[in-house]
Amino acid sequence: MTFEPSERVAGVPPSGIRRFFEIAEEYDDIISLGVGEPDFAPPWAARDAAIASLERGQTSYTANRGMRELRERIAVDADEKYGLSYDPDEEVIVTSGASEAVDLAFRAFLDPGDSVAVAQPCYISYMPGVQFAGADVVDVPTRAADEFKLTREALEASGAAEADALVMCYPNNPTGATMTRAELEPVAAFAREHDLLVFSDEIYSELSYEHDHASIATLPGMRERTVVFNGFSKAYAMTGLRLGYALAPADAVDAMNRIHQYTMLSAPTTAQHAAVEALDSCGDEVREMRAQYDRRRNFVLSRFEEMGIDCFPAAGAFYAFPECPWADSDEFAEALIEEERVAVVPGNVFGAGGEGHLRVSYATSLGDLKEAMARIESFIT
Amino acid sequence: MSDREEILALLRENARYSTEDLARQTDLAPEEVEAVIEELETDGVIKGYQAVVDWEKVEPERVRAAVELNVTLDRETGYDDIAERLAKFPEVQGLRLVSGDFDFAMEVEGDSMSEVSRFISEQVAPVPEITQTVTHYIMESYKERGVEFGDGHDDDRLSISP
Ligand SMILES: Cc1ncc(COP(=O)(O)O)c(C=O)c1O
Repeated sequence: MTFEPSERVAGVPPSGIRRFFEIAEEYDDIISLGVGEPDFAPPWAARDAAIASLERGQTSYTANRGMRELRERIAVDADEKYGLSYDPDEEVIVTSGASEAVDLAFRAFLDPGDSVAVAQPCYISYMPGVQFAGADVVDVPTRAADEFKLTREALEASGAAEADALVMCYPNNPTGATMTRAELEPVAAFAREHDLLVFSDEIYSELSYEHDHASIATLPGMRERTVVFNGFSKAYAMTGLRLGYALAPADAVDAMNRIHQYTMLSAPTTAQHAAVEALDSCGDEVREMRAQYDRRRNFVLSRFEEMGIDCFPAAGAFYAFPECPWADSDEFAEALIEEERVAVVPGNVFGAGGEGHLRVSYATSLGDLKEAMARIESFIT
Repeated sequence: MSDREEILALLRENARYSTEDLARQTDLAPEEVEAVIEELETDGVIKGYQAVVDWEKVEPERVRAAVELNVTLDRETGYDDIAERLAKFPEVQGLRLVSGDFDFAMEVEGDSMSEVSRFISEQVAPVPEITQTVTHYIMESYKERGVEFGDGHDDDRLSISP
């Protein structure tokens, strides 16, 4: 008897990030611009609420879909901020990170043989997630020339019209691209015409620097075909508390909850208490963190410009996605760690269209950013 | 935030940011940054630029003390008069009038404990209006002017993550 991975698992290659992680771990004097999580701690009020809930011994399972109080706050928040209006009883599900919500949606709505158009470069979990659900990925590369926005042309050229669903993420990890409402229109029209379900990961919605975040679910005819993912990891710097959610029509949430109730039962209770408080009273902290990221973004973008490295003006999340000075981004990233002790992630890790770029996270103090950018400069000259 | 507030916040974070650094972070032109800084200086908003020093890492180590002072006032002498007199001593690094159990909180710095004690007993205590001094030597600094000490790099995030 051996532990032979199932075909689905065996068919998924190890994460490209893993290899870089291992290289980076060999050194202890690295400045890392490779991190995809905030360098802030969660706002104190949220931490206090978590601590208080522990002191009161509130550690039992909650309702499968999450505490009613939290679902209600989420619904109000999504409505006020983005005009997404969902019924807290039937159309909201609280999950263990946005990651779980993504996985639930894939498993709830995809059958083996289905195909899923994935706008890339993108967060590294979508492709494996689709494959774990038994479905096939259709690569939809976006281009630096389009500022990594998803266009109708990109969808048409990649054969997305034949797909069953579309996965997209704006503001985007790894490119930092955002999309305005007007830019989302043609994508929505395409989804309607070809009857695609849309999985829209909006976890960076609070980190849109140039314009208000627009959700594709608010466009005409989109609410009924879209699942929106969001969570507390990025805006509230609560990554380790593992709390996210999905918004979708009642039938969709019901299907997702059928998996959730047997696999996760309910999201972490302590984190749900922290999240209620975060939504209640931590708006100022979110604004302050956003202001800091924005400063760092300006800094990083203008440093690349000075170095003569092309980087489109990333307008969201906390990543810049400059062109890689070498043809092979893997080789560049490896040499940069070894010679200058600066970690960045090669763009090819994030799927089609990513090669030739680097993901540079600015979720790191300005002091470290300044030093890291100086080292990059000396490395390339 | 106004440009003034933004630049002030950044300089408080790090007074050594160059004009270019500040310009990049605020999206202002370097000349505008310089103009704002000049204005802050001439208005007396920015009083100076200093390094935050961890004296434990410096040889010879400096000794510092937080000193509580109680005073009695008479018709001729007010708090300001006493403060003016004390502030002139180079040993005095900080002086504040505070509410509560004592009147002044004073910060004193010297090369050794005996030097600091001598300064308190020979120069401060004899001031006629001062009725009591309580000296607390600073044993360990964890934070100075917003800067946390300790070995800094407690970033235990994965160096590469999704
Ligand atoms: C686009 C995107 N979606 C989801 C996640 C995971 O979020 P969570 O911590 O809520 O599972 C990340 C984390 O990096 C991300 O970048």
